[in-house]
Amino acid sequence: MEKVLGVYICTGCGIGEALDVEKLKEAADYYKPKVLKTHEFLCSQEGVQIIKDDITGEGVNYIVIAACSMRVNTDVFDFDPLKYVVERVNLREHVVWTQPPNDEKTQWMAEDYIRMGITRAQNAEPPVPKTAELEKTILVVGGGVAGLSAALEASKAGYRAVIVEKGPELGGRVRKMKRILPSEPPFDRPQQVQVDDLIKTVESDPNIKVYTNTTVVSIEGEPGMFDVTVCPSEQVTKKEIDIQEEVKKGGPARFPLPECSSPETFRVGAIVFAIGWRPYDATRLEALGYGRIKNVVTNVELEEMAKEGRIRRPSDGQAVKTAVFVQCAGQRDPEHLPYCSSVCCMTSLKQAQYIRESNPEAGAFIIYKDMRTPGLYENFYKQMQDDPGVFLVKGEIQAIEEAEDGSVTVRFENKLLGGSSVVKADLVVLATGMITNMVPEGKAPKDLTDEFIGVIVTKQTDTGPVDELVPEPIALHLKYRQGPEMPHLRWGFPDSHFICFPYETRRTGIYAAGAVRHPMNATEAMMDGAGAALKAIQCVELTSEGKAVHPRAGDMTFPEFRLESCTQCRRCTVECPFGVLDEDEKGTPQEHPYRCRRCGTCMGACPQRIINFKDYNIEMMSAILRELNVPTEEELFPYIVGFICENDAYPAFDMAGINRFQLPPNFRLIRLRCLGGMNLAWISDALSKGVDGVVLIGCKFGDDYQCHFVKGSQMANERLGKVQETLDRLMLESERVALYQLAINEYDKLPEILNEFMERVKEIGANPYKGF
Amino acid sequence: MAIAPERTALVVGGGISGLTVAVETAEAGTKVVLVEKNPYLGGRVAQLYRYFPKLCPPYCGLEINFRRIRQNPAITYYTMAEVQDISGSAGDYRVTVRQRPRYVNEKCTACGECEKICPVERPNDFNFGMDTTKAIYLPHEMAFPMRYVIDDTVCKGRECAKCVEVCKYGAIDLDMKEKTFEVQAGSVVFATGWNPYDATKIDNLGFGRVKNVITNMMMERLAAPNGPTKGRILRPSDGKEVQSVAFVQCAGSRDENHLDFCSAICCLASMKQATYLREKNPESKATIFYIDLRAPGKYEAFMQKVQADENITFIKGKVAKIEEDPETGDVLVTAEEVASGKKITERFEMVVLATGMEPTTRMVKLPGNLQYEQNGFLRAVQSEGVFASGVATRPLDVNSSVQDSTAKAIKVIQTLLGGK
Repeated sequence: MEKVLGVYICTGCGIGEALDVEKLKEAADYYKPKVLKTHEFLCSQEGVQIIKDDITGEGVNYIVIAACSMRVNTDVFDFDPLKYVVERVNLREHVVWTQPPNDEKTQWMAEDYIRMGITRAQNAEPPVPKTAELEKTILVVGGGVAGLSAALEASKAGYRAVIVEKGPELGGRVRKMKRILPSEPPFDRPQQVQVDDLIKTVESDPNIKVYTNTTVVSIEGEPGMFDVTVCPSEQVTKKEIDIQEEVKKGGPARFPLPECSSPETFRVGAIVFAIGWRPYDATRLEALGYGRIKNVVTNVELEEMAKEGRIRRPSDGQAVKTAVFVQCAGQRDPEHLPYCSSVCCMTSLKQAQYIRESNPEAGAFIIYKDMRTPGLYENFYKQMQDDPGVFLVKGEIQAIEEAEDGSVTVRFENKLLGGSSVVKADLVVLATGMITNMVPEGKAPKDLTDEFIGVIVTKQTDTGPVDELVPEPIALHLKYRQGPEMPHLRWGFPDSHFICFPYETRRTGIYAAGAVRHPMNATEAMMDGAGAALKAIQCVELTSEGKAVHPRAGDMTFPEFRLESCTQCRRCTVECPFGVLDEDEKGTPQEHPYRCRRCGTCMGACPQRIINFKDYNIEMMSAILRELNVPTEEELFPYIVGFICENDAYPAFDMAGINRFQLPPNFRLIRLRCLGGMNLAWISDALSKGVDGVVLIGCKFGDDYQCHFVKGSQMANERLGKVQETLDRLMLESERVALYQLAINEYDKLPEILNEFMERVKEIGANPYKGF
Repeated sequence: MAIAPERTALVVGGGISGLTVAVETAEAGTKVVLVEKNPYLGGRVAQLYRYFPKLCPPYCGLEINFRRIRQNPAITYYTMAEVQDISGSAGDYRVTVRQRPRYVNEKCTACGECEKICPVERPNDFNFGMDTTKAIYLPHEMAFPMRYVIDDTVCKGRECAKCVEVCKYGAIDLDMKEKTFEVQAGSVVFATGWNPYDATKIDNLGFGRVKNVITNMMMERLAAPNGPTKGRILRPSDGKEVQSVAFVQCAGSRDENHLDFCSAICCLASMKQATYLREKNPESKATIFYIDLRAPGKYEAFMQKVQADENITFIKGKVAKIEEDPETGDVLVTAEEVASGKKITERFEMVVLATGMEPTTRMVKLPGNLQYEQNGFLRAVQSEGVFASGVATRPLDVNSSVQDSTAKAIKVIQTLLGGK
């Protein structure tokens, strides 16, 4: 379409008083806009009407609004994104609110921003959405309570669901329980397990198809078109290989996916991943007597005993008169499970009740570190405290030994009374914890490799041996270049944003639910299944409209690949935080647009600059940099370009403005969707133009990363490690480029950060390319 | 695309739970009306400096949620608005909403000229009265909507009207009246959240009597860069940067005389606040008096990280008494230490009470025939299409509130669109 540019400069909110508006207009006029107008109150109805009139009257379709932050008045300057390119130049928060008024340097800054904004707009095009009739069925992997709940809730919302359960029956671990923890107010007593009713409801629901004894052997594709291959569990064959040996022999560093003699393939739109948990391997807890003493059992074993109505000593079948529950058995312990499983305190309280019911004369001791019955579960705790046959003691186990009569002596340090106490028990119950079924059999959570669960192999390369992580297939068997399973944050839990967006994962359209995600009880798992089903529904709905899911929900752009110039360097396929891109045999990326979250990390990764969005691309930023009027050293030194994350750093600059912090006049900010989109080409563009320094400001990375795209700022930082090469070529100091991590509320640190960087660049001196 | 009223959800409360219900529901394809009592969205989390366990700022997630609202025409929101009445039945509820006057209309650009000229000050409720704002004020830097508001309990109105004169945009309307309107909705979700328990009710812990005893929510504001002390932890009596702070757990929680439940978050909140102190003042020392350390699940790792700090001491013991040393302003904390079995008294420069969460509906009930559990918590499923979510139903952390509210969103979807 023909680009018809309209530039609108607002003079309100102090802009007109602080800046020479005529000169701003001159700066804009250079680009020959069809319309160039100023208005003293552009966000008023009248102001917006002017723009609307120009759209109809003059055919304006590229609208540059030089006024306030793009984060305000969004509803006012709202023009159909499929028809118009709208660019907001932030003269208010980022210029007049942080710079002295009527100052030459402030004026330059504003004029630069006008030029940059117009150039940004001119290098954008409205997106062309990819809409399609997509499959909206929800696949649920795992038929425990989380999975059953997910399928049922999706069905009730009008969506078809398919449950694939590896084992012979639905209901998972909860079905083996006698009672579940308190599940409704006032949360003071355990409840009957109703899982059989739930299973019946699911099985009689015409919207839900159930496969039991069935394993998912592969999943390929993307949201709206995941092709799932399932196999009767007994027909699954897994080729056992020694991956170290295979790699040594020159084989691929990849585990083979399972095979099937009679596979069945069907298509789904999104996936709920609910493969549940298993108890921590108690045979590792020999010190607590397990395996060594017959009358030491785990809480899972006791639950089964209670369900079958035979709470007896395993050694001789005698009645249990005294039971001791050992809390945190192998938990909150760096040697075993470093975390707490959150349910065991209440599980032991529940099981103490079983003991009491089995024999009114029986007593139960619970030896705990901290009694964790948070929230309303306190009511249950209080209820049990009132039972004279239940003894709660804060203590640390010192020794567990078998006595001659088969009973067990438990010696512990009594933290309430001091000293050691000894209890002679018929039965000792270890409150072992939960591990996610993401953890492969035979492995413990503390032994997992970072990011992807797998094995580290040593590969011989031309430059010597290199360690490489080979991800292991576990349950989803994704045919994804980055590996067959979801990445994990720690201990196997496939989270990506634990606090604000708990359902987010790093595989678009696949949502984890239940105890696979973190330790939780049955009621919480059912709730979690419902939440994950909602996310799955959202995904198929947004995807079918060609829209991105969280965090850029609604974004209709897609990355475009100019593959004829691809050198198969694989950086994009490796760096994508969401595993979007696969590869063909040569290493050329294969697109899966509906997996994309539109962060642009691939664009930043690509040294060939062949990955671009219609409204966000390499040339856009290069052009912006070309448009800078780099001042001479005498005029303004140092002259610095900042690439900033629009999610956190940009708002932080806005808040600096709202607080009227004075910031140095030397910085020109270019916002990125995520710092992961930062392409090294821009750094050389900036420096070869004579810019004295380049600063990147992005989110905090590391274990507690704050990046909404998981790894953007970290990727940018890693790329900076390679910038030396570029700078060497230009014969420039690498200190001219730096990355700062900034949380959104650390706007108070901006003056310090900017001044620090400025001082650093001052010490290096002016860029010798200035003026060329 | 016009969506029929029966396809609209009404969400009451714009805190993290209500925001979550609203955006998650709307992104699944329905229309949402969000009603919030405060002049801004974000609720309690907007007042927090950081979240546990990541120590990341709540503004970060709020920014994304606000953007989801901004870019989604299916969501309409009203601030300073409360539900007055509900009638009707599933698929066709009629909800009467009362909106208090903001006295500032949509023409406000948040330029701040009005604030400069306003002669009246008021205690800043956002900062729990630890500083003041003008009678016309912007609630905070991330306020959404970004618009000023007038506190009509202190504003002198037309006899002053200086702000009206100075506002170039005609944004101030001192004659603005309360509005009442009806929302037709197929489904209603109450996410009415919580208030900090009133610490003045806990006599022995000295709040209100001992100057340097503050609450955990006040500590959040002291630590926040946009708080009353710009992020420096200064004690109220003399503005001294504190070196030693005691955190008193279960202040009014797990206590039959106050809140008989556990608020689920206070242990972790105090551990988090101990890190604020330690980070801002490397010489400082924190002591946490607790009954049980409740850091369930993955939070355990955070607790261990905090426990590894030698300058943070954990004492199992219930605090019996808190008194002021009138000469120094220091605070004397007496507790029954479990390990020694003895009564100990220690001196601190400031005390933070880990006051619990009281559902907003404990003291004041909502209109309509809603069903309540003990302590005024709302029953999660009220009637067909009517739900409650988040801390309105039970004490929860942010992660669980979001989890709960996402799960509620599918119930809403089922009511509105469900394959009937």
